[in-house]
Amino acid sequence: MTTRMTSEALLREQHMRQRRADRFRPYLILAPAFLLTIGILIPFFFAVYLSFTDISLRSPNYDLVGVTNYVQMFTNPDFWHAVSVTLRYALWTTGIELVLGLGVALLLNEDSRFTTVMRLLLTFPLMVAPVIATLIWQLMTSPSVGIVANWLRALGLGDFQWGAATGSAMFSVVIIDVWVYTPFVIILVLAGLRSLPADPYEAASIDGARPITMFLRLTLPMIMPFLLIALIFRLMLSLQEFGIIFALTKGGPGDTLVGMSLYGYQQGFQFYDLAKSIPVMFILYLVVYLAANVLINSWRRAQTHAAGE
Amino acid sequence: MRQSLPALLTKRALLLLYGFFALFPLIWMVVMSLKSQEEVLTTGFIFKPTFENYVTVATGSDYSRAFVNNLIVSIGAVLLSLIVGIPAAYALARMRFKGKENIAFTFLSFRFAPELFVILPLFIIYQRLGLIGTYYGLIWVYQLITLPLIIWVLRGFFEDIPRELDEAAQIDGCTWGQVFVRVMLPLVRPGLVSAGLMSFIFAWNAFTFPLLLGGDTQTSTVAILAYISSTTVNYGQVATAATISILPSVILALFVQKHLVRGLSFGAVKG
Repeated sequence: MTTRMTSEALLREQHMRQRRADRFRPYLILAPAFLLTIGILIPFFFAVYLSFTDISLRSPNYDLVGVTNYVQMFTNPDFWHAVSVTLRYALWTTGIELVLGLGVALLLNEDSRFTTVMRLLLTFPLMVAPVIATLIWQLMTSPSVGIVANWLRALGLGDFQWGAATGSAMFSVVIIDVWVYTPFVIILVLAGLRSLPADPYEAASIDGARPITMFLRLTLPMIMPFLLIALIFRLMLSLQEFGIIFALTKGGPGDTLVGMSLYGYQQGFQFYDLAKSIPVMFILYLVVYLAANVLINSWRRAQTHAAGE
Repeated sequence: MRQSLPALLTKRALLLLYGFFALFPLIWMVVMSLKSQEEVLTTGFIFKPTFENYVTVATGSDYSRAFVNNLIVSIGAVLLSLIVGIPAAYALARMRFKGKENIAFTFLSFRFAPELFVILPLFIIYQRLGLIGTYYGLIWVYQLITLPLIIWVLRGFFEDIPRELDEAAQIDGCTWGQVFVRVMLPLVRPGLVSAGLMSFIFAWNAFTFPLLLGGDTQTSTVAILAYISSTTVNYGQVATAATISILPSVILALFVQKHLVRGLSFGAVKG
């Protein structure tokens, strides 16, 4: 009798231990990945703390100064200029990439040898580092060896100065961004188009619907989740684009292209003024974070909507 | 749906127009890299191809050093991410525990944190730890690029495996570790390869991290800038350096075509 009791108790204890192990195991498995990135998380909080100090790369000591940095930033016209550059860059690039990418994806959405080959080749620009893409465009538009410069001369546009002139600098960086990232939108939208069911289209064409109506009423709502994913990724990353602008003009001419990332870089690494730099990047982070949240929610809604629920 | 000939021709013409925009820069880059220094200046298509630029860039410059640096850092970052990311992805896909989605989204959010915001405080910490300009330092910070992708893409691949398979193995008396190694890992191997290659491409193309935290350990994306801004710029060599630097990612991209959509969208779109 007693022996049976003990063995039951033993079993129960073993079972309990097993359950405890089950409960903690996921955290144990995730721990290495988390420890690796916690090293990055700490600087994140550290950065927020530093933004309330007068830290600089010139001296190792710093003191708390409250919200001074933020007050100075918000009253500085250079900051608002940077915000405007960042927003214009993000809206132009994301807008053009979405429209162009959707258009090309629609053209590619048929089965032929030509489109199969194109589908593969058109992904190449996306594999090019943005900095190197910038370099290639510089080679093409260079006044001395650039072939595009030659073409423009033949068209009577020989004095077009690309990144060197205030009027065309934004155009120049936007076109490089569009060159690199439009394939990203094409790939995502094409995946959406290929997943469309055939039935609604057959029903619609029996009803005599025009192609444009079919596109607006059927295709667009059904590929909306894919378009939104493309929008989320492009907007998040174009808001913080640094490489293309840095490689083409370092923000110039003057401060024409000094967006928030470039502004933060200049304050921090050229003037060694981390206390001025970190608040700018913190605001950029908040903008990106909020925009991402709003967009991800509408993506979830679009997904259930597209599924017909 | 049959389409009329004019409609088809218009579609093809428009596609070719975009194709020209997308591919001509790459073609022109390769053309320039194959030209001698005199012929680069002529901007013509007819020339005598020479590999002298490739020989110069590969042997007589710092660029080959930067290329090797980039290889070491990118491969190192991907391997480290795979080691810690595969079990993490498995846990996020299969196990039930508190805060799961929050943890998953925290990993994803690293990808969208502005790089400079991370770099500024990290720069101070790296200075103190002596990590600036070391492979370890770069491999560590590259985890922000490679780890979110690997965790999210692999999580999707793990979720695709029918639950009956691991349940059957568990009934046969396998521990979760045995299930993981014998049943799950072999099944996700194709996904594993794609996720690894994709994250390598992103790491290979990184610029801001190596520019500001790399110190003297320049990667090819950083070193190439020195080429074009030097006063005695040799355009043929710049084009060659660019071609060499693009080659690895374009070639790898050919192998991940099947899972490209999934990788690019971090598993949000299952293509």
